Amino acid sequence: MAITLRLKRELKVPIGGECLSPNIFAGKSLEEIAQLQLWEGNRKRRINDVFEVEGNCGKTTDEVSIHLIGNLSKVHRIGVGMTDGEVRVQGDVGMHLGEEMKGGKIIVEGNADSWVGSAMKGGTIEVKKDAGDYIGGAYRGSTKGMQGGTIIIHGNAGTEVGCYMRKGLIKIYGDVDQFVGIRMRKGNIIVHGNAKERAGAFMIGGKIILCSSVASVLPTFTIDSIKSKAKAEEEKIEGPFYLFIGDLTENGNGKLYVSKNKNEHLKNCEEIL
Amino acid sequence: MKGLLIKNGFVYDPLNNIDGEKMDIAVYNGKIVEKSENAKMIDASGMVVMPGGVDMHSHIAGAKVNLGRLLRPEDHYKDVEPKTTQTRSGVGYSIPSTFTTGYRYARMGWTTVMDPAMPPLKAKHTHEELNDTPMIDKGSYPLLGSNWFVLEHLRAKEYEECAAYVAWMMNATKGYAIKIVNPGGLEAWGFGRNVRDIDDPVPNFDITPREIIQGLCKVNKLLNMPHTIHVHTNNLGKPGNYLTTLETMKCVENLATDEKPVIHLTHCQFSSFAGENWRTFKSASEEISKYVNSHRHVTIDMGQIIFTNTTTMTADGPFQFILYQMTGNKWVNNDVEAETTSGIVPFHYKRKSYVHAIQWTIGLELALQIKDPWKVFLTTDHPNAGPFTAYPKVISWLMSQKARIAIMEKISKRARRRALLPAIDREYTLYEIAVATRAGQAKALGLKNKGHLGVGADADITIYDLDPEKMNLSKHPKRIRRAFKSAAYTIKGGEVVVKNGEIVKSVSGKTYWVNVKASPSLLELEPELQKVFEEYYTVKYENYLVPEHHLAAAAPVPIQAKV
Repeated sequence: MAITLRLKRELKVPIGGECLSPNIFAGKSLEEIAQLQLWEGNRKRRINDVFEVEGNCGKTTDEVSIHLIGNLSKVHRIGVGMTDGEVRVQGDVGMHLGEEMKGGKIIVEGNADSWVGSAMKGGTIEVKKDAGDYIGGAYRGSTKGMQGGTIIIHGNAGTEVGCYMRKGLIKIYGDVDQFVGIRMRKGNIIVHGNAKERAGAFMIGGKIILCSSVASVLPTFTIDSIKSKAKAEEEKIEGPFYLFIGDLTENGNGKLYVSKNKNEHLKNCEEIL
Repeated sequence: MKGLLIKNGFVYDPLNNIDGEKMDIAVYNGKIVEKSENAKMIDASGMVVMPGGVDMHSHIAGAKVNLGRLLRPEDHYKDVEPKTTQTRSGVGYSIPSTFTTGYRYARMGWTTVMDPAMPPLKAKHTHEELNDTPMIDKGSYPLLGSNWFVLEHLRAKEYEECAAYVAWMMNATKGYAIKIVNPGGLEAWGFGRNVRDIDDPVPNFDITPREIIQGLCKVNKLLNMPHTIHVHTNNLGKPGNYLTTLETMKCVENLATDEKPVIHLTHCQFSSFAGENWRTFKSASEEISKYVNSHRHVTIDMGQIIFTNTTTMTADGPFQFILYQMTGNKWVNNDVEAETTSGIVPFHYKRKSYVHAIQWTIGLELALQIKDPWKVFLTTDHPNAGPFTAYPKVISWLMSQKARIAIMEKISKRARRRALLPAIDREYTLYEIAVATRAGQAKALGLKNKGHLGVGADADITIYDLDPEKMNLSKHPKRIRRAFKSAAYTIKGGEVVVKNGEIVKSVSGKTYWVNVKASPSLLELEPELQKVFEEYYTVKYENYLVPEHHLAAAAPVPIQAKV
């Protein structure tokens, strides 16, 4: 059972979209949902001030499917803490999508801003286009990043993907900016596109698989071996890969897989083996 | 200002030996009076009436507290308080913002709180934050245990000169008591070292911590300070440190001439560790309580652990460094010129950790084994062992064995087997709670108008919705917790400021400081100090002093020194 929320007008100031979550919609009638409160800048609004609401939603969280239509790039915190159900967005979304979510599914047909799935514990987030920085990261100051679940980005991602990650899987089909997997503790990150510098800085554990070219590998990583394939959860990726271990500044034991064929400039590492 | 009449409550006023008697309390003009006519009436029947709470050790303001706030955005973001018509917005949890600190204390019924560690150099900052902490009366203790001038005077055994310096310091920083943290160790930490024991000489100064404690204790007596010396022991937080703690208490034994205490050991839980290392770690609460029980010159406070994610912050730089090495958490460490150090490390106390669970038992064991409630006070060393908002929990643990057992069942099994706590069946009465949270602390601080409900006292009164006649409180710990969490009424200076746990009026409190009056020759330190400031300090002498008008509402406590 799907409920559709269509944006009525262009948004100029940010909206706090905490209430756009299956947990809050479950068991409510259309009227009740239309009356839910949200903040637009410093003004209190009702959902029907901003969205046209139609359809109906289920009684329990897992039956709820929320369809959001329009350019929601100013709407923050969609699906925060959701445990089940589904959110589909046709358009872009703002920051903190699915923060601390525990289950369910979020699918975004457009772009997402920063902090996608930060500190999430379970569930799946899929972004069909690009995403911003700090995907699956930790709240500022906290050391608890993503602790479970899956994030899939079909486009490019920004800096510090998987910061302080502890568990789960982040898959990026496009390119990533600097510091992918910074301070990572555990979990898996797969990047199919190119990666910029400082991959895995300060990582202690976990696995980063970089399938295309890499600008450089930090000097605090040592080469361990050449592997014919890399494995992350159930996924197997054909190599060959250079396997680096690091980050030694933190006494880390993280694994950094870097494609051999696409990184001619790392060939001199083989001499050490 | 109108009068108030609090009718028919069960009054607990230990300083006046009133134990749950049904009586009326009259208030007029911010003071407690015999009779108040045409007064507004508060019906307190079926409720407990106590003096407003007093907390002698709670890090609520100052440079390091603020640094802690900056260090931990993740600590605040889930605990936000929106503004109301009466209160300002703020954030909470382990290091609440200044306004929220005041509101939360008032909601629990506390009206006087002392910030126990003020680096003299940061006194202005501390007082500015205290000015912004509403609802409570407050004060701050300057750190003097590793101050260069104090050490130099004490090495030369110039007690009177040292007393003059301390008197000047109290005036200069608007301080309330002498705080000693890891005596000598902080000075050594400036050079990357620490003192290992109470008789280990301080590098570069040729003086031992024992001499510092004894010296400052003598100075404290010479100056006739209202509070005793407030000591955070050497070796704090290390297994086996109870021997140092016992030595610290013993070393001032012969300085106690009358029945009055001469030393206060703060957050004693952290100083009562036995064992050689963290594996053999165990509680030494028995030894400490035995000593405290048999001597009159010591008071302590608990420093009770709360199982939560909190922030440790002390002036004990070397200890904080060890804590950082143990946890690998983010940290701050600081050296305050010629005076002291400080450090901050976030810390999570976990039930399933053997050491943390034993620490939890030590605090309660101390409180339950020391027979005289006037000697052991309730604190959590906010925020080091837990935030002050956990006081209702601690009260319920003290008052109810049932509540303690409920926690015991959840802690580390090894700790449960080894702990002494299950064998203790003492339960605090409301009278004893009133001593531990109010009367005892006010008495120890020498605050004459606080902590009691006698005629002439400040009208700081708390009413809790508890009926000791209707139920056996020890069987209902949740009820205790609920009552102490949100006071039915908090009355500050004769005005109702909290009703049913909600702030109904925001008031600002006074800042206490001791104004020492000594013979003028001793106070002619200025030229000498100015010279020293040129040499040692990054600030000018004139900028160092905190003028009285810097305090929003100064309440000087005049004292006559013996010199």
